[in-house]
Amino acid sequence: MLNRYPLWKNLLVLFVAALGMIYAAPNLYAPDPAVQISGQSGATVIDERVLGAVTRSLDEAGIEYFGAESDGNNALLRLTSAEHQLAAKEAIQKSLGDDFVVALNLAPTTPQWLRNFGAEPMKLGLDLAGGVHFLLEVDTVSAVAKRLESDVVEIKTALRKAKIRYQSVIQDDNNVVTLTFRSAEERDEASSELRSDFSSLRREAIDRDGSYILELRMSEQAIAEIEDYAVSQNLTTLRNRVNELGVSEPIVQRQGRNRVVVELPGVQDTAEAKRIIGKTANLEFRLEARPSELVTRKEAFSFRSELDQQRFGDAWLEKQLIISGDHVANAQSSFDSETSQPQVNITLDSSGGTKMHRATRNNVGRRMGVLFIEYKTRTDYVVNEAGEQVPVTSQVVERRIISLATIQSALGVQFRITGLDNVAEASELALLLRAGALAAPMYFVEERTIGPSLGAENIALGVKSVQIGLGLVLVFMLVFYKVFGLAANIALAMNMVIMLACMSILGATLTLPGIAGIVLTVGMAVDANVLIYSRIKEELANGASPQAAIHSGFERAFTTILDANLTTLIVAVILYAIGSGPVQGFAVTLSIGILTSMFTAIIGARAVVNLIYGGRRNLEKIWI
Amino acid sequence: MSENEKVINFMRVRHLAGVFSLLLILGSIVSLAVNGLQFGLDFTGGTQIEVGYEKPADLNQVRSQLTSAGYEGAVVVYFGAETDVLIRLQRGFDPGLGEEILAALNRDAAQPVQLRRIEFVGPQVGEELRDDGGLGMLFALLVVMLYVAMRFQYKFSVGAVVALIHDVILVLGLFSVLRLDFDLTVLAAVLAVIGYSLNDTIVVADRIRENFRKLRTETPLEVVNISLTQTLGRTLITGLTTMLVLFALYYFGGETIHGFSIALLFGVLIGTYSSIYVSSYVLLLLDISKEDLMLPVKEGQELDDTP
Repeated sequence: MLNRYPLWKNLLVLFVAALGMIYAAPNLYAPDPAVQISGQSGATVIDERVLGAVTRSLDEAGIEYFGAESDGNNALLRLTSAEHQLAAKEAIQKSLGDDFVVALNLAPTTPQWLRNFGAEPMKLGLDLAGGVHFLLEVDTVSAVAKRLESDVVEIKTALRKAKIRYQSVIQDDNNVVTLTFRSAEERDEASSELRSDFSSLRREAIDRDGSYILELRMSEQAIAEIEDYAVSQNLTTLRNRVNELGVSEPIVQRQGRNRVVVELPGVQDTAEAKRIIGKTANLEFRLEARPSELVTRKEAFSFRSELDQQRFGDAWLEKQLIISGDHVANAQSSFDSETSQPQVNITLDSSGGTKMHRATRNNVGRRMGVLFIEYKTRTDYVVNEAGEQVPVTSQVVERRIISLATIQSALGVQFRITGLDNVAEASELALLLRAGALAAPMYFVEERTIGPSLGAENIALGVKSVQIGLGLVLVFMLVFYKVFGLAANIALAMNMVIMLACMSILGATLTLPGIAGIVLTVGMAVDANVLIYSRIKEELANGASPQAAIHSGFERAFTTILDANLTTLIVAVILYAIGSGPVQGFAVTLSIGILTSMFTAIIGARAVVNLIYGGRRNLEKIWI
Repeated sequence: MSENEKVINFMRVRHLAGVFSLLLILGSIVSLAVNGLQFGLDFTGGTQIEVGYEKPADLNQVRSQLTSAGYEGAVVVYFGAETDVLIRLQRGFDPGLGEEILAALNRDAAQPVQLRRIEFVGPQVGEELRDDGGLGMLFALLVVMLYVAMRFQYKFSVGAVVALIHDVILVLGLFSVLRLDFDLTVLAAVLAVIGYSLNDTIVVADRIRENFRKLRTETPLEVVNISLTQTLGRTLITGLTTMLVLFALYYFGGETIHGFSIALLFGVLIGTYSSIYVSSYVLLLLDISKEDLMLPVKEGQELDDTP
């Protein structure tokens, strides 16, 4: 019982401490203010030429910068002062024009040797970094109703085709479709007719007041599928829209069954962000104008794809539109089963189908164009009275053709666009069609905007309370437990380092409640040491030798520490499950703190105590 | 256990402590029933705007500015400092609201106003959060009860859970009596109180179990007293270090986590008290005895040994 650790155990403690330091270190380097440049569309390449234009414009504006780097799609320019960030953004935007998105960013300054380990700083939550947080709810109920509506139209068509006579088809508010027939035979026929094509509908035959009724209900699974599709579809659309905003590190995530979280760090203009995120229809289906059409009733549009624009030039479409994008329920690229040519299948909702049918049945042979509408922000520079150039931003709506195809027959709820050159073109078109249409309406249910000054203030407050809290505990432990207090303090410092390292490795987001969690951990982490030391004191009072007291103190306190910490961990995990955003940050830091503190307080502190007192045979007195 | 160490007879005043706890709980419940909790924006839904002034702001002026701009019934309070003003509106959000309010406040204002944050929470989200929060607390208690029953014995788990419910009700009662804002961070603090108080209770329970197995002649009451005395030092020191950091958080952490630190400060105090008086008292009320804590493994071995 000489309290010596084998070499491997000491090395383990050192190794963990070193690892902790490496992965926690990036948080010490303050990030550089930077400007990030990317293309409006994913295909835009940012090469030397673009970088040259950027650096020239900064030189002209007299803004100091360093470290211009580009990975082909994105370029990052570091500035020497945060004050010049806005001016730099304006200067670059002006020189590059509207094909590029220029966003403010903070570039990490992690040295290369740390990056070789894959070490990165923690992300800051919105309450620390400033920015906007939106929570949107997807109206899945209406998505289900919409789907059922288009099913009803198809059911009618199918029954007519099969020459089964029905009295009425009614869809009620509870998503039940009631089909009424004159005879049981007709009903049974209809039931078997609908079985294969509408497998997602449960059929139930009822005889009521002399009429023969077939009730159709959507299965739970079908409803779940539609909801899932609607949410993931809206998620894709939202991502596309958020990209238009040019935010450096946006978060677009599904939350729960039918909600989507959008977090835009650094964005202050909520109105603009909201307008772009919340916009709806941006597809238009229009007939191509006859050459004889009056100029007042037609408009010329260019093609979105440059290749098509070179091949066909501008096309004239009628001013009157058939339907807009909110009637599009789905669009998928696939292959024609006979010719194996790529095609895009489009599904409309029922009212869209009716309108489409009405517009196309007398116009077979003419062409129909699909317009894709994008809302873009354009910045112009105007010289004001004082002779200064001031940027004036304006919203421009760009309407461009993504498809112009000949109508081969009257179109309905479902139709397809063929004649596409290749698979890539088909999937691009399907993507654009889907991006233009939201699968289901969305509502804003939560919104938080935090100013950048408030964020900086929160960081300062958080850091200050950690410092003071930690200082108080360190002093207290040293005064109360002397040498053993020193061991506990070293363990506590190690705990902080490993905690930060774990959070950085896990990519956890630091929030203000998260900092509160760290502070609380500081107070509670010493508990394990207090338990151990109380035991040692007891053993000494019972007349044990110092070495034996140290040994059994650490040994016997262990199960207590384990039990106490495990239960706290359970509570922290539950907190994570029910909480959202900042509160989850608290739960994360608390859980990580509990786990790391068990290691440092039991093994780390023991290593230090062993180093000081271990191996001494004639130890008479210990400072506890 | 050395004979010369003085055992503090904690349990002598157990009935008094029981009455004291009951009175506090009763008071809390009455206040919760009469005053209710003043739920924050997270739970009620609505819109909240924080603006910053350079010099102390005049709340009456802000109110009249808002009223004349058509925002009736706005709640206007200081937030942390007199230069910070928090405005609460029970209405939906529209994109231009922040700018509109700012414009209204800037109109014939003596000093410039800066927008610090806007928050909007839909009423449905708030309601869900309230339900989830309540459910989460119940679930936490249930899981903890199961764990303690498994690791110790069901009498301990009853003791632990009664202590936890006691702590939670008192913290909620404090927020109700003082009419403090109960928001999401406070809920997090209440759950952290559950974690802390449980930690304390488990440490004591652990020692009680150990002493029941070790001490032969003492009565349950004496065993509990001895265990409480042995753990008292640890209970006080850990409570003290935790309160130290919480004071740091209260004084330097800013207004946003004031509620959080108040809930935890009070909770740690109550949790320390309840781990000594409530859970141990419940154990005694349930007639805890040596037989309850026999190691089942050993019994089996003895049975095996008999021919």
